[in-house]
Amino acid sequence: MKRTYADLHLCVNFNNLEQVSRAVTRASRFGYGLVAIPFPPRFAETQVKQLQRICEDAGIEFVSRVDLRPQTPEELLNGLRRLRRKFEIIAVLCESKNVARQAAKDRRVDLVSFPQFDFRRRFFDAAEAELASCSLASFEIDMKPLFTLEGAARIRLLSSLRREAATAKEFRVPIVVSSGASDELLMRKPMDLAALASLFDLNGESAIEAVSVNPAAIVKRNREKLSSRFVAPGIRVIRRGKDC
Amino acid sequence: MKRLKRRYLALTIDSHETFGSTEFIDAIWAAVSKLYGEYGASRAGLSLIDYDGERKFAIIRTIHTTLEMVRTALASITKISNKPAAVHVLAVSGTLKALYHKVKV
Repeated sequence: MKRTYADLHLCVNFNNLEQVSRAVTRASRFGYGLVAIPFPPRFAETQVKQLQRICEDAGIEFVSRVDLRPQTPEELLNGLRRLRRKFEIIAVLCESKNVARQAAKDRRVDLVSFPQFDFRRRFFDAAEAELASCSLASFEIDMKPLFTLEGAARIRLLSSLRREAATAKEFRVPIVVSSGASDELLMRKPMDLAALASLFDLNGESAIEAVSVNPAAIVKRNREKLSSRFVAPGIRVIRRGKDC
Repeated sequence: MKRLKRRYLALTIDSHETFGSTEFIDAIWAAVSKLYGEYGASRAGLSLIDYDGERKFAIIRTIHTTLEMVRTALASITKISNKPAAVHVLAVSGTLKALYHKVKV
């Protein structure tokens, strides 16, 4: 069966539709089947529709995503309560340990990520991974900093990523590799992203899963949950009306 | 002595600028050395086989054991001669004939 490749973090400016169109067309040409463009927590639904249309024209599936950046666990819970039913992907950038722990154990969170430039605030350790493995959260790694950082900063980032990827593997937390591209020239083909994942010791198969199976599984699971037929995990409405 | 297997990579350069072949191969060497050091770069056995600056198309050769390393280094290129650029792999093959067939040049 042919793999579906996904880039769940295409950070183009969604107000600039021309740029979005170029990026989406490029993603389609690179072989991606799914792309997610993050929206701010306050958004207009017409914008989502516009992006959906652009992606349809390019022959690629659009996934709606929101990036939360809460300062406290309460703020995170409020955000999840308000936005979970509106977006297919909820990603949380964890800037404090309390938020990281809450995000990892909450089943409404799909992706957890950490500040890329502040290495003291990367809280993906064994405790975090254990919580994430019991919930549904995946660990997201953006590739953009690997392109933009140089020298000691890039070495430190690679060292952190290597440790975190090993922890995720140990606790069976799915890893999702995304481009994080804000510019078209920072977009890479799925196989190139997988090759870059070898820099933090992900083996070939795990790296390919991180750009295909793992992100696609999140989207599939959430689409099912958001559908009107969903009742509970494993239970869904298969027929309605008088003939039931 | 065991014969070294080679791999040929067809590349496309993504940039608004046009570069010379020396600028291009220098950028590849720089990326490989930056990520894997001079020792790693020396193992890659890199050479430029074909280059067309106008069409932004190139073919390079490497040793099959260092293919992933070269692929990673190519993906990490963001500038050529200090101008924004990206390099994408179009196809990989063990022979030039098969590679040209794959990219249909």
